[in-house]
Amino acid sequence: MKKQGQKSKVTAAKPMKTVGRLLGYFRYNKAMLLGGILLVAFSSLAQVGANGMLSPLIDSIATHRDWNAFLRSLVVMVGLIVLLVVGQYFGSRMLAQLAQKTVYIIRSEMIEKVLSLPVSYFDNHTHGETMSSFTNDVDMLNQALEHSVGQILISIVTFAGTISMMILLSPLLTGVVVLSLGGMMLIMQFIARMSGKYFRRRQQMTAQLNGYVEEMISAQKVIKVFNYEERAKNSFDEQAEELRRISTRASTFGVMAMPVMGNLSFVMYSLVAMSGAFLAMGGVITIGNIAAFLQYTRVISRPIVQVSNLLNLLFAAIAGAERIFHILDMEPEEMDAGDVQLEKNGEGRRDLCWRVPQKDGTIKNVSVQGDIRFTEVDFGYTKDKLVLQDISLYAKPGQKIAFVGSTGAGKTTITNLINRFYEIEDGQITVDGIDIQRIKKRDLRSIMSVVLQDVRLFQGTIAENIRYGRLDATDEEVVHAAKSANAHHFISKMEQGYETVLDADGSGLSQGERQLISIARAAIADPIILIMDEATSSVDTRTEQLIEKGMDRLMEGRTTFVIAHRLSTIRRSNAILVLEQGRIVERGDHDDLMAMKGRYYDLNVGTAELD
Amino acid sequence: MFRKLAPYIKKYKIYAILSPIMMILEVASDIVIPVLMAKIVDVGIAGADGQYVIRMGLIMIALALFGGVMGTWSSHIGAMAGFGTAAEIRKAAYASIQQYSFANIDKLSAPSLITRLTTDAEQVGQVTMMSLRMAIRAPFLMIFALIMALYINGRLALIFFGAIPALALALVVILRKAMPLFQLMQEKIDRVNAVVQEQLAGIRVIKSFNRQKESEDAFMERNKDLRDTAIRAINLIVAFMPVMFLVVYICIIFVLWFGGKMVMAGTMGSGDLIAFITYISQIMMALMMLSMYFMMYTRASASTNRLIEVIHTKSEIQEPDNPVQEVRDGSIVFENVSFKYPGYRENILKNIHLTLQAGEVIGIIGSTGSSKSTLVQMIPRLYDVDEGSVKVGGVDVRNYSLAALREAIGFVLQNNTLVSGTIRSNMQWGDEQVTDEKIIEALRQAQAWEFVSQYEDGLDHRVEQGGNNFSGGQKQRLTIARALIKQPKILILDDSTSAVDMTTDAKLRQTFCAELKGVTTIIIAQRVASIRDADQIIVMEEGRVDAKGTHGELLEKSEVYREIFDSQQKGLAVS
Repeated sequence: MKKQGQKSKVTAAKPMKTVGRLLGYFRYNKAMLLGGILLVAFSSLAQVGANGMLSPLIDSIATHRDWNAFLRSLVVMVGLIVLLVVGQYFGSRMLAQLAQKTVYIIRSEMIEKVLSLPVSYFDNHTHGETMSSFTNDVDMLNQALEHSVGQILISIVTFAGTISMMILLSPLLTGVVVLSLGGMMLIMQFIARMSGKYFRRRQQMTAQLNGYVEEMISAQKVIKVFNYEERAKNSFDEQAEELRRISTRASTFGVMAMPVMGNLSFVMYSLVAMSGAFLAMGGVITIGNIAAFLQYTRVISRPIVQVSNLLNLLFAAIAGAERIFHILDMEPEEMDAGDVQLEKNGEGRRDLCWRVPQKDGTIKNVSVQGDIRFTEVDFGYTKDKLVLQDISLYAKPGQKIAFVGSTGAGKTTITNLINRFYEIEDGQITVDGIDIQRIKKRDLRSIMSVVLQDVRLFQGTIAENIRYGRLDATDEEVVHAAKSANAHHFISKMEQGYETVLDADGSGLSQGERQLISIARAAIADPIILIMDEATSSVDTRTEQLIEKGMDRLMEGRTTFVIAHRLSTIRRSNAILVLEQGRIVERGDHDDLMAMKGRYYDLNVGTAELD
Repeated sequence: MFRKLAPYIKKYKIYAILSPIMMILEVASDIVIPVLMAKIVDVGIAGADGQYVIRMGLIMIALALFGGVMGTWSSHIGAMAGFGTAAEIRKAAYASIQQYSFANIDKLSAPSLITRLTTDAEQVGQVTMMSLRMAIRAPFLMIFALIMALYINGRLALIFFGAIPALALALVVILRKAMPLFQLMQEKIDRVNAVVQEQLAGIRVIKSFNRQKESEDAFMERNKDLRDTAIRAINLIVAFMPVMFLVVYICIIFVLWFGGKMVMAGTMGSGDLIAFITYISQIMMALMMLSMYFMMYTRASASTNRLIEVIHTKSEIQEPDNPVQEVRDGSIVFENVSFKYPGYRENILKNIHLTLQAGEVIGIIGSTGSSKSTLVQMIPRLYDVDEGSVKVGGVDVRNYSLAALREAIGFVLQNNTLVSGTIRSNMQWGDEQVTDEKIIEALRQAQAWEFVSQYEDGLDHRVEQGGNNFSGGQKQRLTIARALIKQPKILILDDSTSAVDMTTDAKLRQTFCAELKGVTTIIIAQRVASIRDADQIIVMEEGRVDAKGTHGELLEKSEVYREIFDSQQKGLAVS
């Protein structure tokens, strides 16, 4: 529900500004926009003209009895029709393509933005929320752009053209039409207001029902074990009925526009026929004039109906566009801020140095070692609540540091500070003696690899997934990395080996196999610093043994931060830090800590018993 | 599609029938108007008969108003029928989901079910309403217009017989070509969405490997592909309107040509000619409506199929004919039970034999993937065994009524969730009529009262979606309390105290031993400490029972158990 609340807030922004910004996107295809508008306008005028030809046509036969004049007019009409058809085809084709290209640009901008947003954005927004902008909002926008731009233009031109032709034919009859149109507009406005009102309520109700469905379907297994089915059904039925009532009302007003306008235009038609007849009898106008006029009255109400039908679509699209722009306006992560950057310092891949500008303008090269220090670091996901307090620690190049503590103690959070997924509140973190705030994020992250508990692979072959760690790796290097991660064995047993295509998220492989590939991916990157977050906690014992071997090999010669529950990994660490509620409560190696008989000892031996 | 929808329209049948009838009346009145107009021109003007003009004019206006009322009314009932049908099919689908087994839910997947209940049901409502309107209106409009045209001038009306097939042919050709392209486009859209989904899920990996650029490229490739396919489809579909205009105006030209000759020859009134042209416009409108409708229809037809699939999916877990309504006691027997999830090659449970006495406390331990959870899910029949049988209270679980069986079992699932509402409303899941005293009692037993009592609003404290305003440990204790409220004969805790700290965990165990006398309690745990006092401990290893016995016995005879115990004695049990 909270989500929806936020959304409706966004919707309340300034629609005109949004429309303006949207129109701004057409600048990429100016020629197409201009060509499309001209052609469509042209063809609409041709249609008005073609309908107008009815007047001389009918008159030439009904009044003047002049077949040749009739033929001449007919030729003009055919010409206009050709213009109409050709103009409309190419014009609307251009506008529709323009819409596609615009949506394409917007989608591109969105993905670029989303990929550049800081990790904290993804903590506060569900994937579903962001996905829905990519799907629903973009779809709405697409439809609106595709249909409405051309349609509205046609409607305006047709309306203006028709009215001018009518005035030319007979100002008096035009008066009748304008009066009827005024009445129609008033009724239309009323219908639009009512349908708008119920439409909004319907949106709310739909959102509410969707929220309910989402929550209950996710809890479906709980429903089963509690025999809650009947009650769930009843409350769903109630909401479905409520939605039905509101939808019916909203749609009644929405659909009503068609018959109301259609029949009112027939009232107008009748009025024109009647008054036209009297004018004709008085000799003011000809029968041909009436014919053309009647055709016009059929045509003129169409733009009004069409525009009013489009309004709902337009409003929905504007709301969607606002949500899209909301994303586009987010502050991205600065990847290239900072004055310290990474440079090659020799032939080997790991011969790197930091280029550090000094205060006096000179530049000092510091070789990249992987020395990490935290000095009195405070951090909180929100300003008012610190999750890490007063953290100080150091890891010398090649050392292994293990974090231990119960869930929620802040272990993962610490590792997320090292690669600057989050910015610290207070204190300092340095790499090789350089404050990480000064280092370009891109460079900082390029010397680190992370292996997470929750393995994420991407659609593509196994080789591609391993190469993800370093894109210029050769096939031999890929195999080598797989071997060192203990993954080669199972990969080579597969039919297509390294060319086996993985589905999104690597389904088809076991959890353990996926973890091995992710370790190979980290290995090929050959990082200076390695972070392993519960990399083995959700695999079975047998695979765990496999993974452990791979991981041990991977850790050699790298500064490593480990979050694990496995004793052997932790035991061989140079230092173990015990975290509790965001603070380091104990530190030392395994034997020191066991001797202390403190929290670490409790966690190990499990003496936190009652008695 | 409508045959499939028929059962759901039933309740709103009367509306579904009335709506088209009224609409036909509307169409009929609209169709007569141009004829009257022709009369005004040919009789009224020609005879300079003002009275006649007024009379005819008033009839025309009356007809138009009548048509308007009928049309409005018809759309109102049409909407009632359409959204009524949507509500019915939505309810049917939801009801069907309620009888799903876990296997069904796994197969259809929650996100997909959600889309079907929301977006797809919405589509069905829209299109049912539109069908009642457009699909019936357009043909009638066309038929009436044809009849009138024939009535006015049979020879001239022959033009229609050439024009309508030509137009229909053109439309069919365009649609035929465009439809596959639209389907292709839908696939491309899915591909774009899939890549976004994947990248959102893997955002941390992307960022830590600095792969923003590459991810963007992968997206752009599909995005371009989508754009190009869309443009191809559009190039076809924009031909629609111009072709229609072309045919219609060709018709008008022919009518003018031949009609003009007739007027010159005096065999036809010029008013009739004008009426004829009006009819052409009307037929064009009808065709436009039909083509729009077909586009919607294809989309909704897919939606209907997706919903029908939900409704027709029957749980393989069915009630027996004469179900046993009462669970006698909490004893449980597994006899040679084997099981595998659909689509798995190997059995997940392999020839399990177990006997659990009523009132015992049973601990189950074993590494991840050793099928501990699967084993206990056989007891309330969340899945059915493939071989062997599970007996509760001496009766095969397949002979109970599902409600009675599950009523007797309190099950705290591994990924348990609370739902939005209050603490009280969540507790009422266990028993609708439960008193506050009972709730507090259960909360106390589950060691949850200590924090619930801190809230100013106590049991009325808000629970947000998924219970996300509680910590992991708090959520677990609340879900245990909810299961206790059922006062079950069997209580199953599937790793339900993993986020609870050691001290609370110990208190919980004490409660289970002291206060739940006579309740068979099954505890799945990672920590030996959580189960060491159990009457019987079952060690699972790769889908088999590796050993069973008390803590002391197992230390003697089970190597797996000893390994686990040793590792936790010396090692860490932090996770």
